Amino acid sequence: MSAASTPRSTSGTITQAGAPSKVRARSRRRTMPAPVQRGLLWLSVAAIVVFCLFPIYWIVNTSLKSGAQLSSGALWPDDPTLRNYRSVLQDGDFLLALRNSAIVATTTTVLSILVGSFAAYALARLRFPRKTLLLGIVLSISTFPVIAIAAPLFKLWSDLGIYDARFGLGLIIPNLVFSLPLTIFILTSFFREIPRELEEAALVDGATRMQTFTKVVFPLAAPGLVTAALLVFFFAWNEFLFAITLTSTPEARTVPAAIAFFTGSVKFEAPIGTISAASVIVMVPLVVLVLVFQKRIVAGLTAGAVKG
Amino acid sequence: MARIVLDNVTKRYPDGTEGVKDLSLQIEDGEFMILVGPSGCGKSTALRMIAGLEEISEGDLWIGDEIVNDLDPGERDIAMVFQSYALYPHMTVRDNMGFSLKLAKVPKEELTKRVEEAARILGLQDHLDRKPANLSGGQRQRVAMGRAIVRKPRAFLMDEPLSNLDAKLRVQTRAELARLQARLSTTTVYVTHDQTEAMTLGDRVAVMRAGELQQVGTPMELYHEPANLFVAGFIGSPAMNFLPAQADGDVVHLPMVDAPVDEQLRSRLEGVARLIVGIRPEHFQERGAPGTDGWPTFEAEIDLVESMGSETVAYFSVGGDEVHADLLEELSREVEGNERDGGDNRVTARLEPDSALRRRDTAKLVVDASKLVYFDADSGARIGVDTASAVATA
Repeated sequence: MSAASTPRSTSGTITQAGAPSKVRARSRRRTMPAPVQRGLLWLSVAAIVVFCLFPIYWIVNTSLKSGAQLSSGALWPDDPTLRNYRSVLQDGDFLLALRNSAIVATTTTVLSILVGSFAAYALARLRFPRKTLLLGIVLSISTFPVIAIAAPLFKLWSDLGIYDARFGLGLIIPNLVFSLPLTIFILTSFFREIPRELEEAALVDGATRMQTFTKVVFPLAAPGLVTAALLVFFFAWNEFLFAITLTSTPEARTVPAAIAFFTGSVKFEAPIGTISAASVIVMVPLVVLVLVFQKRIVAGLTAGAVKG
Repeated sequence: MARIVLDNVTKRYPDGTEGVKDLSLQIEDGEFMILVGPSGCGKSTALRMIAGLEEISEGDLWIGDEIVNDLDPGERDIAMVFQSYALYPHMTVRDNMGFSLKLAKVPKEELTKRVEEAARILGLQDHLDRKPANLSGGQRQRVAMGRAIVRKPRAFLMDEPLSNLDAKLRVQTRAELARLQARLSTTTVYVTHDQTEAMTLGDRVAVMRAGELQQVGTPMELYHEPANLFVAGFIGSPAMNFLPAQADGDVVHLPMVDAPVDEQLRSRLEGVARLIVGIRPEHFQERGAPGTDGWPTFEAEIDLVESMGSETVAYFSVGGDEVHADLLEELSREVEGNERDGGDNRVTARLEPDSALRRRDTAKLVVDASKLVYFDADSGARIGVDTASAVATA
């Protein structure tokens, strides 16, 4: 993802008249033979991959265990079973939570992108006084600790009657408070990278301001839009503190809050197995999303737009 | 196709500075007009005002028979070629060229026909389905041209379209561009800072400086009848030589030689406090060269000789007081080839290709006194011009 958030115009393949400046000094001395270097490289890549993916493997591992095995610490389940998944998916409250999460995360994402892209475009392009200050304020909002506003929000939401609102609708505004600055920040930098001349060319070609935005700016900012949308979706999907503070019934809870209220698949059983199964289930949409949009995220679409 | 008229057009920025000052210019139907000047002279701003990308603070802009000040760029029926080409990177060459027609809801067959015709003219047939990223610099430039010509607009506006090409390709593309414009005979306004492009491409050239129009005329008018020191120094390569001078009766004293002045000019030179004489490099010759009888003659020690094959360029110094004029200072700051290193009065002379001069030779040279141009150092204005093309200057 980090690769996508810094688009570089990779144009400039042609330099001015035979400029020899691109010739790199090749005299750098090698300290070790190539195969060893390559071996070390792959070793470190493997180490990082294991470090990052092992916790996920462990959750999958745990979710396939049952009974006494759950506390065994075995590296793989002796007797893999889907019992935990069956139990989670038969749990009406969990399904409600999945539904609520989907609603909250999708709505938050759509609103963030919609409002955020207009705001970011204005910040990137239009000239108005105190622009930097405004962007600074927007950004500073995202530095507030969530916990600091959770309690006042609880009071306010109760007074307004949207505490514990159905479908988790009461969570959308608090989520937006943090997702919008993120969206605006990412998109502003993406819009800034789009050469102004492209928009001017579109205007001269007879496009209206809106057509310029939809036919030129939007497609070119696609990697940024996808990146921002995914980050916001992840944030809203995973958000826990607001979810636990501002809801109290399964009708309103999102998945992270719902998981916190899990009981075991059998009475008195520790709910580790079901929690793991639920965690794996909520991970699936995120992984799918990333795989689907992978190409978009990496694509440096502005390449070749203008000569650098 | 249409003529474009700028009528006392001014661009004023919110902070009060003026990018273009009271510009009046008439570009005839089918004419190739060049706006030239050093960077920051307002030429691009003027072009962008014609395009509608920059608001006009004062004055009227006519395209054809209507005032277009308040029309959006898209409504002006003009096409623009940008310095960076500004190709839409997410579209193929075909879509890039057809974008404006698509927006204008031109029927599909017509669109395809026009795009393919433009591609044929520009030699882009084989690249229609490529994206700009996969094209060379020259091809991108041609796509940018193609995007303009498919529209059959009333005018082409070009903002330094060749400046991103390498030197060789630039010369080649320049010729193609001239041919293309002659073939389509579409009114063209072309902005450049390169005086060679200005001289070779334009039907007429408008020289700008600090937001003000200095002179409009054919390349030859600008070359032979410059309105002031700035135009004189800007147009021509190698640049014109400027020397201090004193009028004294029927001669003018130059640092190295006295030149005769004809009667008509003599009266005008009187009363000019400080005089500067401009001499084009080709108006020097070696003594004895054919056709130089009676030219004032002098000797100079040659600092450097460049034999180009087609000509020989010799450099020497003539001493004397340093020339001082605001316009010259500005030129030397902002225009390549006009750098001055103070004192000495360096002179460039263009001699016959078979010249046997060597470095450190003491050359016997002559100068064509009838071709000298005289300037008032204080105002910068040329003395002795009544040419209609000359425009009053600051």
